[in-house]
Amino acid sequence: MIHSLFLINHSGDIFLEKHWKSVIGRSVCDYFFEAKEKAAEPEDVPPVLQTPHHYLISIYRDRLFFLSVIQTEAPPLFVIEFLHRVVETFQDYFGECSETVIKDNVVTVYELLEEMLDNGFPLATESNILKEMIRPPTILRTMVNTLTGTSNFEERLPSGQLSTIPWRRSGVKYTNNEAYFDVIEEIDAIVDKSGTTVCAEIQGVIEACVKLTGMPDLTLSFMNPRLLDDVSFHPCVRFKRWEAERVLSFIPPDGNFTLMSYHVNAQNLVAIPVYVKQNISFFESGSGGRLDLTAGPKQTMGKTVEGLVITVHMPKAVLSASLTATQGSYTYDPATKVLVWDIGRLNPQKLPNLRGSLSLQAGAPKPEDNPSINIALKIQQLAISGLKVNRLDMYGEKYKPFKGVKYVTKAGKFQRPACVAISHFST
Amino acid sequence: MLRVHTFLKMLNMSTNASYNDQGGAEAAVEVCTEGTSTTSGTGAGFGLFSTDFKKNDELKEMLESNKESLKLEAMKRIIGLIAKGKNASELFPAVVKNVANKNIELKKLVYVYLVRYAEEQQDLALLSISTFQRALKDPNQLIRASALRVLSSIRVPIIVPIMMLAIKESASDMSPYVRKTSAHAIQKLYSLDPEQREHLIEVIEKLLKDKSTLVAGSVVMAFEEVCPDRIDLIHKNYRKLCNLLVDVEEWGQVVIISMLTRYARTQFTSPWQEGVSFDENNEKAFYDSDSEEKRDETETKPYMMDPDHRLLLRNTKPLLQSRNTAVVMAVAQLYWHLAPTHEVSAVTKSLVRLLRSHREVQYVVLQNIATMSIQRKGMFEPYMKSFYVRSTDPTHIKTLKLEILTNLANEANISTILREFQTYVKSQDKAFAAATIQAIGRCATNISEVTDTCLNGLVLLLSNRDETVVAESVVVIKKLLQTQPTQHSEIIKHMAKLFDKITVAMARASILWLIGEYCERVPKIAPDVLRKMAKSFTSEEDIVKLQIVNLAAKLYLTNSKQTKLLTQYILNLGKYDQNYDIRDRTRFIRQLIVPNEKSGALSKYARRILLAPKPAPLLQSAFKDRDRYQLGTLSHSLNLKASGYQELSDWPAVAPDQSVRNVEVIEPVNEWVPTVGKSKPAKSAKSEDKFYSDSEGEQVDRKGSKNSSSSSNDSSSSSSSSSSSSSSEGSGSEESDEETSDESPKSSSQSGEGSSESETDQKKEKNKKNTDSKAKSKAVNSESEENNNMVSSSSEDGSASSSSDSDSDTEQKKSSSRSKPKVHERPPKEVSLLDLDDVAPSAPTTPKASAYSPSLLSDLEGLSLSSVSSPMQVTVQPFGPVKSHELLHHMSGKGLSARYHFPRQPFLYQPSMVQLQITLTNASDQPLEGIHLGEHSPASLTLHRFSPVERLEPQASVTVSMGIDFNDSTQAANFQLCTKEAEFSVSIQPAVGELLLPASLTQADFEKEQGKLLGMNETSATITMAEGHCSSAVLNKQVRSMANLGEVITGHNNTHRFAGRTVSSGALVLVTVEKREAADATITVNTDKSVMASMLLRDLKQALASA
Repeated sequence: MIHSLFLINHSGDIFLEKHWKSVIGRSVCDYFFEAKEKAAEPEDVPPVLQTPHHYLISIYRDRLFFLSVIQTEAPPLFVIEFLHRVVETFQDYFGECSETVIKDNVVTVYELLEEMLDNGFPLATESNILKEMIRPPTILRTMVNTLTGTSNFEERLPSGQLSTIPWRRSGVKYTNNEAYFDVIEEIDAIVDKSGTTVCAEIQGVIEACVKLTGMPDLTLSFMNPRLLDDVSFHPCVRFKRWEAERVLSFIPPDGNFTLMSYHVNAQNLVAIPVYVKQNISFFESGSGGRLDLTAGPKQTMGKTVEGLVITVHMPKAVLSASLTATQGSYTYDPATKVLVWDIGRLNPQKLPNLRGSLSLQAGAPKPEDNPSINIALKIQQLAISGLKVNRLDMYGEKYKPFKGVKYVTKAGKFQRPACVAISHFST
Repeated sequence: MLRVHTFLKMLNMSTNASYNDQGGAEAAVEVCTEGTSTTSGTGAGFGLFSTDFKKNDELKEMLESNKESLKLEAMKRIIGLIAKGKNASELFPAVVKNVANKNIELKKLVYVYLVRYAEEQQDLALLSISTFQRALKDPNQLIRASALRVLSSIRVPIIVPIMMLAIKESASDMSPYVRKTSAHAIQKLYSLDPEQREHLIEVIEKLLKDKSTLVAGSVVMAFEEVCPDRIDLIHKNYRKLCNLLVDVEEWGQVVIISMLTRYARTQFTSPWQEGVSFDENNEKAFYDSDSEEKRDETETKPYMMDPDHRLLLRNTKPLLQSRNTAVVMAVAQLYWHLAPTHEVSAVTKSLVRLLRSHREVQYVVLQNIATMSIQRKGMFEPYMKSFYVRSTDPTHIKTLKLEILTNLANEANISTILREFQTYVKSQDKAFAAATIQAIGRCATNISEVTDTCLNGLVLLLSNRDETVVAESVVVIKKLLQTQPTQHSEIIKHMAKLFDKITVAMARASILWLIGEYCERVPKIAPDVLRKMAKSFTSEEDIVKLQIVNLAAKLYLTNSKQTKLLTQYILNLGKYDQNYDIRDRTRFIRQLIVPNEKSGALSKYARRILLAPKPAPLLQSAFKDRDRYQLGTLSHSLNLKASGYQELSDWPAVAPDQSVRNVEVIEPVNEWVPTVGKSKPAKSAKSEDKFYSDSEGEQVDRKGSKNSSSSSNDSSSSSSSSSSSSSSEGSGSEESDEETSDESPKSSSQSGEGSSESETDQKKEKNKKNTDSKAKSKAVNSESEENNNMVSSSSEDGSASSSSDSDSDTEQKKSSSRSKPKVHERPPKEVSLLDLDDVAPSAPTTPKASAYSPSLLSDLEGLSLSSVSSPMQVTVQPFGPVKSHELLHHMSGKGLSARYHFPRQPFLYQPSMVQLQITLTNASDQPLEGIHLGEHSPASLTLHRFSPVERLEPQASVTVSMGIDFNDSTQAANFQLCTKEAEFSVSIQPAVGELLLPASLTQADFEKEQGKLLGMNETSATITMAEGHCSSAVLNKQVRSMANLGEVITGHNNTHRFAGRTVSSGALVLVTVEKREAADATITVNTDKSVMASMLLRDLKQALASA
């Protein structure tokens, strides 16, 4: 299926290539570069491209292009999903996925890619199995390796690949047995200029960190599972139990993983926790404009809003901004035309305000539309949908684990699902 | 030493990552973050500073040193080189030496190197082979697997036999992981040497039987790559794959689901027919054996989903909850292509969920939704808001969302959508704004209620400052006006009014074109606009000037009174314009419209040239024709056929034999006692017959059990497909039960012969639990015993294989001893070798006069033994089987062979035609498509064509019926039998006896009619009959097998009378056979068709005289 992989950095250099079948020359990437030239933004490059003899499927993440070459019909989502899995594996191994990190760990990267695909077909994509075969580098281990001459390869042969539950390795041992679940919810909304919610929905994920000895079989149940409109699971979750009883029954992977992600129906009216009053206007003369932003809490259920960041995508003509913020700090990037105002904790008594003037490119016509605004925020101890975990039971092992559940509400651009928080669309 | 010190210092300073920057140009080569695994700094120091010269020599030195750490270090740098795309092939000999090293990491890196360069250094690569061969025998499964992995990845043609051997051995390894690896190796070997295909298919066949979830995905992948057309390999594994699916790893799921989609399209009938009503309760009845009684009550339905079809849909549904987007998409496309219409919407929610995933995922999913939403608005309408465009979406996502919103627009939601569009038009992304305007245009044409609103909105946009927006608006308005040429004068007037404000040249030009095109509808405004334009002509842009000339010309033709002078003025201006295009155009127009002596004939047509009605441009979705590709495929994404794309076939009109998916359970057969003449077995045995029990049972290699059925002739019993019996649910089931149990001992004994004679691979194997009455009376504890019995029926060379022939014989004999002979006549069209058990239960079973009974015989020929459970009852058939004749040999028919026989039934569609049944068999290994009769038959020949056979799979056969009007002559009918690729001339010469239909006459009538046909119309001959033919019964049989005549009951023992009518003209044909002393007999034929009479007489003489 997947024939070759090229890693390309933001400026268009190929800095790593890997072939799973016979070698394909780099010149195949020229077609990609052509498409990249045409696109205004790197995000605009079409993910699926065609060349005379090959098909190129690429993803753009962390300012890197992962470009795979395939020769015959294959489901594009299959390839795309796999490439994202590669990125996630790199993030898992090296903490981040960047050109420097990949270049620094090129041998590990190569070993990983070798194990993840065989003849272009995914072989081992579960992080647990991979870690059994190839140890992730740590500062400590690098030192130890240097001093003792041991390698980052497991001497013991990995057995996880052989089991029917490939996500869990065998022989896990912990002295403190713990299982933590983070219920993280994100509001996804479009608000028009007048402040009316055009649409709003809640996306949630349950991130788990399970460190339990042996082969525990867990059952997680909710107080109000009916709330969940649509769910998707980690492969460890048993579909049938969910369908029949609405409980999550699973043998967990070891360590961190996303247990499930869910969607709460938009029909339940979603309360948006903050509001932003905006007033951005440009002078008729076309020389400049004024900006005035105020943020305030709306419905926070008594919890504090933290990590509030407001991002404004300015019209192209805006050259610079000279503003004053009553709270937090702002930056304006003239290249991307993005104004970021990092507010931090929202104080309901003293509403943060950002105002000042904008200067426009000389001679440019007056920008006609109001820019869109994105808001990122975080509320601890609150799942805005009201989802509550009822209980966690463990079977199969004798010990008593320590259990914990945490709720977080977020809005904003976040790591995995690429969608926007609250965006003010001008009308 | 100095170097070493520096290096160590650096190491201390920056413990983690980034000393590679020091390396300069060859930075990646020196990358060794965790590769600084060295006890002695000496080695590690080397590479860091010696960047460009003698690099390879150093690496070679390191590889040849005794220190593991040095070797490892060298290998890491080499991997760095490979990753950078640099050539490191020179080092091949030095690297290969380390292939047997004990250090696992070193070994792995050497493997990586080897796989990368073996192709270029084939001879040297061979040095490493023995190591892998040894490792293939290692007790540790992981080492075996990894050896096979590397061995098969070395693309050296010489080792193909070694690889083949290794694959074959590993395919039967104890460890599923090794077997999985061998499945991967199959694909590698296939791409290296496609000639190994046949051998590889054998391995695939074997691995497909594997029950491990580890293997399933990989082997199906191999199947898809090596032999996607060998759908027959899947039959036996279908249910197992369906059941394992949830537990297979996610990547395997994707592959299996897409393969099963293709499979299902060839094996099941379409669930999309009219009046489909398949409710969940009914489904339960299938699986819940206890509800047998209830089942009888459910009324027969026009469409019944194959339980296997349902199984697939049921088992894939939970996967919609998978976190893997590719799996969700695979299930979605499966539902789209296979599920009944009302069930498809189950996938909507999951698809919408995927829209919250990564950008690239969104892109592909939106493309698929766009295609779906054209056909099925309702599916996505409730989720309309999910397709609202966000300001941060990249352009291609925005455009796709726009496309979907446009597809979803209807009268109810159009106002919401338009409001949303209004926002988009103001977007900073101008390409997107332009696309929005196009979308508005499409909404306007699709929904007539809003056409005016849209038009007005678009007209407003004409004053937009952005050129793209204006140009796009004008273009769209132009299109809209063209599609609705009746009621747009208002808008043109409006545009004319706005004209002064509009500055964009393109827009001005478009408006002028519009005014010109429809100048007759705005007779007052048009000249006025022209007047204004004449004034500003010189200051306009070229594109506008051209349109001014155009407008002037059109007005001149329609309204020359007012505009003659203006036009001439403009033409004069144009004549001296700086732009030669405009000068050219002006000259051309002048010649065309102003009549003078030079212009000649052309000016007469000026009006028709300039004011010709222009076709309205089509405003339709770009995704309109994408549904020709399977959803979720690369081809669909690109909207062109990607290489290796497997076409999704259309549903078969009639489902192929579903029993091929039955998996048999082999158990001892000697406990069985024949049940002939006993009362029928308890029906409860059947209800215990759990549908899917067999799939859990053991699978046994078919070849081994081939003989078991023949050796167990006397002891084996009922054979019936559980699936076919369950599909015959309802009223028919009792009869079929009876039938099955009574006849099966015989049929099975016949099948022994049949299987030995038939050479085809295709066997239909049945197994069924049954209870025989003897066992029941003997022992209570052994209530029901399992047995299985393989019945094989050949599908080669038509249906007339000996097994089915003899089978039908048996059936006739047996049923002749029955007290209540019944005949079932069913429409001959539905008779076919493969599908009978599907059709039979629903086929009408109207009793007919026994005169038509010969037809049954031919029906039975087409009957595979699997269908013995169908409600068939047979009457007395006192003559032998009807012969079938060859129409087309498969050698001359490029794989298509055809045999025909006469079912001796009146042809339903045209009574004057003789009915023929043609059994088409595909003896090639390619599917044949579009089998039909040629259009160019001779004029004298009238025939009724069979409906074309869409597709005939290899080794499959189908029986079709057609009618030919022979016009009561034995002249051969010549016509063409065509496939998609080829045409074959064939001819059918009927025996005279086949041109008759039996007539039932009383003796008195017979004598009366005979009296009318004397003299010229009487032909007679005396013969000496063969010995065996003297008895009445045999004589009867002989005559009737020769000619399709009805017997007339006579009082005499020595006189036999037969009557019939010719098919075409209906002339009476009377035959009298009078026995004299000894073996002498006189045959008399009375008919006014004298030619027929003599021929018939000749045939009869032969039939009766010869032995």
